[in-house]
Amino acid sequence: MVPEHIRKELSDHCAHYDSRRVGLIWVLQQLQEYYGGWLNDDAVREAADIVGVTEADAEGVATFYNWFFREPVGENVIVVCDSISCHLCGCDKITAHLEKRLGIKMGETTADKKYTLLPVVCLGNCDKSPCLMIGDELYDNVTPESLDKTLDEISSKPKAAAK
Amino acid sequence: MTTQKVLFKNIDTFKGVTPCSYEQYVKGGGYEGAKAAFKKTPHEVQQVIKDSNLRGRGGAGFPTGLKWSFVPMDNFKGQKYLICNCDEMEPGTFKDRALVYGDPHQLIEGMLIAAYALQMTKGFIFIRYEYKKGARILEEACAEAKKHGFLGKKLLGTDFEFELDVHLSAGRYICGEETALINSLEGKRANPRSKPPFPQIKGFLGQPTIVNNVETFCNMPHILAHGADWFKGLGLNGNAGTKIMGASGRVKNPGLWELPLGVPMRDILEKHAQGPSRGKAFKAVIPGGLSTPMMTPEQFDTPMDFDSIAKAGSRLGTAGLIVFDEGDCMVDSTANIMKFYARESCGFCTPCREGIPWILDIVRAIGAGNGEKDDMSILDDMSKHIMHTFCAFAPGAQGPFLSAITTFRSEFEAFIKSREAAAAGVN
Ligand SMILES: Cc1cc2nc3c(=O)[nH]c(=O)nc-3n(C[C@H](O)[C@H](O)[C@H](O)COP(=O)(O)O)c2cc1C
Ligand code: SF4
Ligand code: FES
Repeated sequence: MVPEHIRKELSDHCAHYDSRRVGLIWVLQQLQEYYGGWLNDDAVREAADIVGVTEADAEGVATFYNWFFREPVGENVIVVCDSISCHLCGCDKITAHLEKRLGIKMGETTADKKYTLLPVVCLGNCDKSPCLMIGDELYDNVTPESLDKTLDEISSKPKAAAK
Repeated sequence: MTTQKVLFKNIDTFKGVTPCSYEQYVKGGGYEGAKAAFKKTPHEVQQVIKDSNLRGRGGAGFPTGLKWSFVPMDNFKGQKYLICNCDEMEPGTFKDRALVYGDPHQLIEGMLIAAYALQMTKGFIFIRYEYKKGARILEEACAEAKKHGFLGKKLLGTDFEFELDVHLSAGRYICGEETALINSLEGKRANPRSKPPFPQIKGFLGQPTIVNNVETFCNMPHILAHGADWFKGLGLNGNAGTKIMGASGRVKNPGLWELPLGVPMRDILEKHAQGPSRGKAFKAVIPGGLSTPMMTPEQFDTPMDFDSIAKAGSRLGTAGLIVFDEGDCMVDSTANIMKFYARESCGFCTPCREGIPWILDIVRAIGAGNGEKDDMSILDDMSKHIMHTFCAFAPGAQGPFLSAITTFRSEFEAFIKSREAAAAGVN
């Protein structure tokens, strides 16, 4: 459970809308961040309780959207665009390189919980294909070499302090 | 001919996009459109938009003035909502990103004008999750606008108030469909709603609601500042305004350009995108984001406007060209296209949820050399089934799909034949 002051903040935010339910997605997003990047059953229940909807409703929403995770994910979620322009410009090579370097397949998380690798649809960045995101950062015109450099930098950084 | 820069006045995507500040925006004539609007009655502002012939830039090209005219006005006392659609997940489309990241106040001013014209006191910008940084840029710009009296209460010396919230989506292509967007904003699964009732009458929380695209709103400050006739003069062959056009795929210089609505497709392909990227001739173009039928080189002189592209059998859509060359296998490309739709189907209705993955399986099998003799006729049938769906998503998938299996049928057949040949022991 989140501490009382956070719970109040989340609840107050819902009150700001003309219907509390409008806040559900935002609340789920905040809880996901709080709980280390994914929503466990308790978090979904908690969101339902804070917003004032049924558990089934909250679960329906938590399982519908691409950016809610109902399973643990790594510290860095890498999403590789595999839509048409990136496909034409070689995203398959980028994915293959990532799979090899990280030793995982699309959809998996590394054993050290550092990376999760996922496909994503068009990132709205098609003039800079192929492209991908690592966390909130967008990377343009990615090559295996540029990717190695980026990953080296991330890997050398100490693990972000756990909440 | 150099095109007049209107929406991209403060944006140069080739130099890198940084948000235009409030001061810079105002220095370039920003918020003059809103000032002009507030000197008119709401009905007069609506009339200017109607007279400008502005058509929605979200893909369907619906006349904005006409869309607005269904919103209840004078005798309606309840809450009405204004929503900006910045879901932009249509592959091949990247214009709203540039508009939001490059000039957030232009969008806010456009929404303020619309809010006043429609007397809507609450608004939302619905922005896709991957544009999280854009959402931050918009939030900062909203705070700035509020500080300067362009959002909040008692705006521009009137009693009108407008509160604008930025909603970061949790991601799903179907959220871009306006009724699904409304459900999503209400904190529900983003399944589309049946129409009627139309959002203008019963939308967000059951109240009158307008959903317009980012680029549609961004045109409004300029229309109000310079007038409907000026706006009509910006396009070619009777089309009103400029359009942000894009090109990606097999072109040498992919990017975005603000061009007159009605510019020939060839101009974009050859002049701006600078021709093929790897010395192979162009083979096909999807003209307006993935959900529009493919066009072929003999159609490249078609003007890029709603009616001309429709006459040529496709749709202007978002005017983001996706370009294929002679080296591209259209069976493989079709598989990629259908993978997108199979993944993003909201799952609400059967022909879409079941039909599209079925098509994908067959196309993949053909591409892998496992095609069957009957496959093409199954694909033909399936292309009809996916037209009978609850929303426009599956018909959108049908656009590129049907054009691919029609125009490039011989490529599909060659795969199937080579398998038959292999089975018969022929080389
Ligand atoms: C599957 C689907 C996805 C859509 N995605 C978007 C989108 O991302 N952005 C957008 O502005 N319109 C999108 N639309 C169109 C909207 O439903 C709506 O027509 C548009 O936002 C209206 O704005 P306009 O009148 O200003 O063009 C989509 C439509 C469909 C059927
Ligand atoms: S056509 Fe597809 S996206 Fe639209 S309602 Fe049916 S299943 Fe959902
Ligand atoms: S297709 Fe990859 S960013 Fe658009």
